Amino acid sequence: MGAAPASRDVTSYGMGLAAPLALFFLLFFVAPLLQLLWLSLHNDTAGLHWGLGQYLHFLTDPFSLGVLGSTLLLGAEVTAVCLVLGFPIAWLYQRVGPKLQTIIIMVVLLPLLTSVVVRTFAWIVILGRQGIINATLQSLGIIDTPLKLLYTQFGVVIALAQVQMPLMTLPLITVLGRIDPNLDDASCSLGAGSWRTFFRIVLPLSLPGVIAGCTLTYAAAITAFITQSLVGGGQMLFMPMYLYQQASTLQNWPFAAAISIIFLLAVLAVVSVFTTLGRLSRGYGGA
Amino acid sequence: MADAPSGRSLVVDAVTHRYPSGALAVENINLDIKGGEIIALLGPSGCGKTTLLRIIAGFIAQTQGRIIIGDDIVDALPPNKRAVGIVFQNYALFPHLSISENVAYGLAARGIDRATRQHEAQRLLELVQLPSMAERLPRQLSGGQQQRVALARALAIKPSILLLDEPFAALDKNLRLDMQIEVKRLQRVSGITTLIVTHDQEEALSMADRVAVLSHGKLEQFGTPSDVYDRPQTLFVNTFVGSTNRMPGIVVSADRTAAKVRLDAGAEIIARPAAGALAEGGRVTVCIRPEHLQFVGDETGFAGVVGMSLPLGATVVHEVTTADGSGVKVSQARIGETRALENGAAVRLAPLAPSLANAFPATL
Repeated sequence: MGAAPASRDVTSYGMGLAAPLALFFLLFFVAPLLQLLWLSLHNDTAGLHWGLGQYLHFLTDPFSLGVLGSTLLLGAEVTAVCLVLGFPIAWLYQRVGPKLQTIIIMVVLLPLLTSVVVRTFAWIVILGRQGIINATLQSLGIIDTPLKLLYTQFGVVIALAQVQMPLMTLPLITVLGRIDPNLDDASCSLGAGSWRTFFRIVLPLSLPGVIAGCTLTYAAAITAFITQSLVGGGQMLFMPMYLYQQASTLQNWPFAAAISIIFLLAVLAVVSVFTTLGRLSRGYGGA
Repeated sequence: MADAPSGRSLVVDAVTHRYPSGALAVENINLDIKGGEIIALLGPSGCGKTTLLRIIAGFIAQTQGRIIIGDDIVDALPPNKRAVGIVFQNYALFPHLSISENVAYGLAARGIDRATRQHEAQRLLELVQLPSMAERLPRQLSGGQQQRVALARALAIKPSILLLDEPFAALDKNLRLDMQIEVKRLQRVSGITTLIVTHDQEEALSMADRVAVLSHGKLEQFGTPSDVYDRPQTLFVNTFVGSTNRMPGIVVSADRTAAKVRLDAGAEIIARPAAGALAEGGRVTVCIRPEHLQFVGDETGFAGVVGMSLPLGATVVHEVTTADGSGVKVSQARIGETRALENGAAVRLAPLAPSLANAFPATL
């Protein structure tokens, strides 16, 4: 680094290259967002009276707060499941031969190659009253009456975890691949067992990937409209569906806009917690 | 652990290792290493020396044979129970832990309390002359400093054996010499039986009490540096350790201690049968080191024509083409004003002494 001030740094490019994308974002992202904000600051559906009524309504309504809370909790549960199931896969990936690596990466990527709708319907088939799980358990005589799996929090978490798994596994595979395998051997030769090596060496060094994976999984899980609605059904209400109902069915656009803004801020808060953790763990980088 | 973990003997007993593919990594290696010795495992890359090191450390379970440390057969022990310290080629310091935490890591794994750990880490950092670096992170240190930390970390667990895997390969030349001296000093102080894996023959010869030369998974020779250099037992050792001229010829007559060989380059010379008795009339390869050839004024020796002369400082190397068209190198010490040899000058060459020409049966 440290280029001579007199000569132009050949690796710096004009910001002009980013202009098309910036314009696109300005037109189709920033502008609608501002419009949303403007809309949310009106007390009536016609948009004539300014005020914070919609926000007050949301923040004093136990039902709305409940939906927000259960959505954020859902995200946390899905993220936890993805982390616990995804870490071993990523770890395994770095320790098997190239053939098995190809198979693992295929299995990890496969969910991305099929439509979310198809994947979600598959889960309905699996979890339903006459679904694969219930049919199997009943034919084995383990249960008499079908378990209620579909339209439960459990069902939504499992389906979302499967759908979002690549978002956790891929960053973990990347970060684990950057850890020098000699560190494992070094730790072992110094007398540490596998668990100490994992908690003192592997886990701290993979934190950047863990945080990236958690951020992606979390953001994707709480906004997954299709999976949430289809697997959750009518009884489970999460923010995206709540928003959709207010806007589409009830035509209450200002309230829907306020929900959007609150949801956005809530997600940003959680993500910024993750990124702060990420920055703190950056000290571990450069393995 | 034993009371005196340092300076324990190490026996590699008929160790053979096959890769899952069936290929031999090392074959029937026998090494009997006394407590406190420095041993170099020397060989080109792919000769199996790193595999052998990993077998001793316990990272690889050998197919056959035993590893005995002190009086214990350690084959059933995992690496974390063997008390073998390792310094890796890239040092493998834990990048997220401070220098002092790195050094104390093995002590923490042994359940030693924090105060003792810190005290011990500081003592070791003083031993490797880095007492003020305790709170830094590994990446803030230079290569040589990182290596000292890696040494301190390995020594902290009071290992019975210290293994060094190409420890100096990543250092530049001047630093390498400093660190070689440093390692030898630390080894003398601690008395730990030490095994250095290296492909650098100078490193092996200068640091080790005894050198084990490996090639293609087999032990070619295990002896003192002067044995290996002056009395090589195989053609491979002769050519791999130091430089040598290989001159083909036919055995005229031979007994156990001397063979008369007619070189293809002309002239008959007396050579040492390095690998046992030679058959009369058999083809041999005679190895003579460049510094063991001299220009002679009389009719003894073989004729050649000087091609190029390279003044290398303390020595001058001449390239001489012999009668059979092959080239030999002659290294002359630069004593006073060395006579400059003209390009194309006709000369005669002979070995300094019969014991300095080693004859090996020619391989086809």
